[in-house]
Amino acid sequence: MSDDKDETKTGKPDASGSVLTKDTTADGDVLLKVTGLQKHFPIRKGLLQRQTGAVRAVDGIDFEVRKGETLGVVGESGCGKSTMGRLITRLLEPSGGTVEFQGKDITHLGTGDLRPMRRDVQMIFQDPYSSLNPRHTIGTIVGAPFKLQGVDPEGGVKKEVQRLLSVVGLNPEHYNRYPHEFSGGQRQRIGIARALALNPKLVVADEPVSALDVSIQAQVVNLLDDLQDELGLTYVIIAHDLSVVRHVSDRIAVMYLGKIVELAERDQLYRSPMHPYSKALLSAVPIPDPKRRGVKSERILLKGDVPSPIAPPSGCRFHTRCWKATEICKTTEPPLVELRAGQQVACHHPENFEDQQPQDTKLLSSAHEAAEENTTSAVEK
Amino acid sequence: MSKLDKAALGEPDSVAPSTADDAFLSVRDLRIHFDTDDGLVRSVDGVSFDVRKGKTLGIVGESGSGKSVTSLGVMGLHRSARAKVSGEVWLDGQELIAADPDDVRRLRGRKMAMIFQDPLSAMHPYYTVGQQIVEAYRVHHDVSKKVAKQRAIEMLDRVGIPEPAKRVDGYPHEFSGGMRQRAMIAMALVNNPELLIADEPTTALDVTVQAQILDLIRDLQKEFGSAVIMITHDLGVVAEMADDLLVMYGGRCVERGPAEDVFSAPRHPYTWGLLGSMPRLDREETDRLIPIKGAPPSLINLPSGCAFHPRCPYADIPKDNVTRTVRPELTEVGGSHWAACHMTQEQRERIWTEEIAPKL
Repeated sequence: MSDDKDETKTGKPDASGSVLTKDTTADGDVLLKVTGLQKHFPIRKGLLQRQTGAVRAVDGIDFEVRKGETLGVVGESGCGKSTMGRLITRLLEPSGGTVEFQGKDITHLGTGDLRPMRRDVQMIFQDPYSSLNPRHTIGTIVGAPFKLQGVDPEGGVKKEVQRLLSVVGLNPEHYNRYPHEFSGGQRQRIGIARALALNPKLVVADEPVSALDVSIQAQVVNLLDDLQDELGLTYVIIAHDLSVVRHVSDRIAVMYLGKIVELAERDQLYRSPMHPYSKALLSAVPIPDPKRRGVKSERILLKGDVPSPIAPPSGCRFHTRCWKATEICKTTEPPLVELRAGQQVACHHPENFEDQQPQDTKLLSSAHEAAEENTTSAVEK
Repeated sequence: MSKLDKAALGEPDSVAPSTADDAFLSVRDLRIHFDTDDGLVRSVDGVSFDVRKGKTLGIVGESGSGKSVTSLGVMGLHRSARAKVSGEVWLDGQELIAADPDDVRRLRGRKMAMIFQDPLSAMHPYYTVGQQIVEAYRVHHDVSKKVAKQRAIEMLDRVGIPEPAKRVDGYPHEFSGGMRQRAMIAMALVNNPELLIADEPTTALDVTVQAQILDLIRDLQKEFGSAVIMITHDLGVVAEMADDLLVMYGGRCVERGPAEDVFSAPRHPYTWGLLGSMPRLDREETDRLIPIKGAPPSLINLPSGCAFHPRCPYADIPKDNVTRTVRPELTEVGGSHWAACHMTQEQRERIWTEEIAPKL
């Protein structure tokens, strides 16, 4: 394991650095840079609370967020995407790697030192019911950031809060109401208003719409869109809904068991995913068109569940469920490399691209089963 | 409600002459009201539909539209002290609303079974998965525990749980989300029910697991030929599973018909709104979603006239303010395709083809 870590730590930054210069945006526009980020939650047992293992929630990821863009992060539950969100906002302290915000290393800053940075990085939470204090009025909730940061907005806090409420499409007169008087969609707007209060540069949204009804989802997605245009915000949007992520993101990171397996421009990822996991994930999304029911042979059914992050599989973590896995997948972890401009993939045998390990053709037995299952289910339909 | 109302809701003969006979489940003018301190909640207010054997009916709607309450009403799971249930539910020729609760209890679990949204709260944490399936089986079959356990293992195997003989003694918390949902499906199917109601069976699951579970439900339906009611808010899931579709809004059915027709030529502005709110992977990327303005209505104070009118961008098209005063009834817009809207067929067809469809 330690070998792998070193490999990603030393090998990666250079690779992703070169990606950047190639792109339209210049190097200086990187707002957030994450290198070899890790978070292991210790598991303690017994009288002495000795550490017996660790949940490797995030296990060595590298990426950059550029100014003004939206980075989408997708993956199944337990893949570490929410932990990642909390690490880059420094709600959690990383156990390895670095987080740089605007060129400043914030990985291990203490509460006091973090305060200035808190103004620039804000978070929108998934559950609008538990992220608002039921005992506080909306005015207090949205005004709290001003108080905590000692900011005195022009025209007073109340006026500023009312302006924020109207920005997110709420009635400014609701200043004195309590959270329970609002619907789910309205509460999510309150959470957004609070996040915007201090004019942040980066907003990390953890499943911002998954608790909302379809019709309300669209309202909130559009609102996030508009706010980005108006205020020049940068977003990291964490979600499990692949259609929503496609709609909001410029680039997308696909996570699996604490690792990024593919990081690509949106259209490239959706048009020709290269990691088998990305492909399986995309193919599993139900399409709202009954006419396509007959032609679903391209669906890939993954077997079983995501393995435990306490003892992740060796080599490529996806090899236990992959239909293309060969010997090398079990032994060597594939590095995240840029195979095509704007598309980084960690796979020995990528889809829609030439094989990275063509000499290794012996399929693993689990891959055999997975492949068979896929062909049979394709035939059935 | 009056006869007039009933007729307009689509009595069996008017829906499609054949359905009344071969429908396994027929629901007619189902009303479920709850008396609360704040007033009368009309959760379901006159819903009718049929499900045939081997077919799947999808019920879609937002939270609070009455879709889950409908399914619980069919199962007879509302406490009589709290809920006022009226209307008719015919299951295989037997009426259930007026029937003796004991008779309904004997049917429940055997002839009709339900899969709930959240398997962690629907299963008892104190008993093993096996014990719970065994109990469900022995309630309806006079067999020994040993035989029942064998049956439980068989079912767990059938729904794709590895090492069923071992997992049968596991507790729900030891199962992952997808496995738990499989176990619940096993429990629901242990008595070979002819009607299966799945209430948001995959909402709590990841897409890859969702695909597995939908596949499983489809396979099992093929195998046992049961009628399935699929309740969900996800139009993608419905499009994949359902033969017929029922769109609910504010406790009433606003559109219903064969799934293909409802998706290719929806005839209610709410259905348009649902389709427009949803980003889709099968279409070119659009700049903006077209949301429905406002929020779902309160079921205590439903808007007058058409319940959807405050959110409907076309509410002013029908003359004389009719959308605000008169409740539209379901009318047939094409072969067993019904919609409840005041706009004329031509108006709706034009809006759909010219304004809505190109933007989707």
